[in-house]
Amino acid sequence: MCLAMPARVVELLDNDMAVVAFDTVRKRISLALVEDVAIGDFVLVHVGYALHKVSVEEAERTLRMMAEAGVLEEELEEISA
Amino acid sequence: MKFVDEYRDQELARTVAAAIAAEADPDRNYHFMEFCGGHTHAIFRYGVQDLMPENVHFVHGPGCPVCVLPVSRLDDAVELAERHGVILCTYGDMMRVPGTKQRSLIRAKADGADVRMVYSTLDALKIARENPGRQVVFFAIGFETTTPPTAVALKAAEAEGLRNFSVFCNHVLTPSAISHILESPEVRDLGIVKIDGFLGPSHVSSVIGSQPYEFFAEEFQKPVVIAGFEPLDVMQSVLMLIRQVNDGRHEVENEYTRVVTEEGNVKAQALVSDVFELRKSFAWRGLGTVPYSALRIRDAYADFDAEKRFELSVKASREAKSCECPSILRGVKKPTDCKLFGTTCTPQSPIGSCMVSSEGACAAYWTYGRFRDQQPAKLEAAE
Ligand code: SF4
Repeated sequence: MCLAMPARVVELLDNDMAVVAFDTVRKRISLALVEDVAIGDFVLVHVGYALHKVSVEEAERTLRMMAEAGVLEEELEEISA
Repeated sequence: MKFVDEYRDQELARTVAAAIAAEADPDRNYHFMEFCGGHTHAIFRYGVQDLMPENVHFVHGPGCPVCVLPVSRLDDAVELAERHGVILCTYGDMMRVPGTKQRSLIRAKADGADVRMVYSTLDALKIARENPGRQVVFFAIGFETTTPPTAVALKAAEAEGLRNFSVFCNHVLTPSAISHILESPEVRDLGIVKIDGFLGPSHVSSVIGSQPYEFFAEEFQKPVVIAGFEPLDVMQSVLMLIRQVNDGRHEVENEYTRVVTEEGNVKAQALVSDVFELRKSFAWRGLGTVPYSALRIRDAYADFDAEKRFELSVKASREAKSCECPSILRGVKKPTDCKLFGTTCTPQSPIGSCMVSSEGACAAYWTYGRFRDQQPAKLEAAE
């Protein structure tokens, strides 16, 4: 449960909420813990909240690592459940 | 096979491994404790230990929130669901953890209690909004990364006047646990846990920053290197620790600068201190009672505190007798030292929490490390 996953912000909603895209999965998350997030930014998402912004390179690196380690699918499953 | 990028690059891994081999003094042993379950997982999944010289040892610490939750708190959660008839919401990992008499939340659910797995505190709030006639309790566990989301949920419940929502708070603090491992009398008396340095947690540090470890490195004279989760991060951090040990330094160094800053996420910290305060003491599984190591809900939010809203019968709880989780979480024993490991206790039917959570040392040994560890002769000889 400690894993955090990077996701791209695709839509900003009211009340500090946003829609992010993990791979093909879209999810509503909270931006209450971060500041100045714009559409297109990557954020590290943990239990439904963005913990902080990450660079595109960091996001890609992390996602590739997770995919290769086989954890990406498990996480996506949990997120979309 | 070519690894996908520089953080997984085999060439680079070999270079770092060669540097470690060259710089590790063959006349001494290095014991490094990784605090974070994510690191335990990475070390096993990628076989990082195999790339280390024989005198570099990983000690798997108590860094998994599921593993350190004492049985009594889980029993309380079961009681909330069964006796008080609430809708109990919690993260998936908590569902299978066995409490007293092997009773888990999933069993309670099978017996008719309303236990629901949620991915986020946002889901728990939603359930509360949708069930105004029921009490909804969020069973909150975790270190500094899951605490801010709980704080946000409490503030939201207050702002909305969501009177049927409360939190059963079990959030714990990383730095106090690390200090405790070093200074508790058991450790001093037994002298078994030898630790020469720490791999500091990565995502926890992204929230609290690297600064809280400064005091600790100074006070206990142990080096701390905040390490990312990728195998090369772990290796690079080991190299940095070896260098500190060799030089007799004890500083906080940050290998994970791409995510962790000195001050961390200030906004999240402010939210947490608005909603929570320190508990005088909290019992950790495996570490015993640790002063100022956990959080409770401030009086200003008392209406949303499940411990105040519901009467919980305080009962002594029992850990499964032969389960060695307490020693494993302290780094005193290895999972393979447990009689039940791999026989009675497997991830399919776990006896202790270290086998339940995929970040627990027993689960990691079972999944990745058990074959190597069944020939521990070399390792032991090096001690
Ligand atoms: S193998 Fe099972 S019983 Fe033994 S210490 Fe680990 S979790 Fe406990």
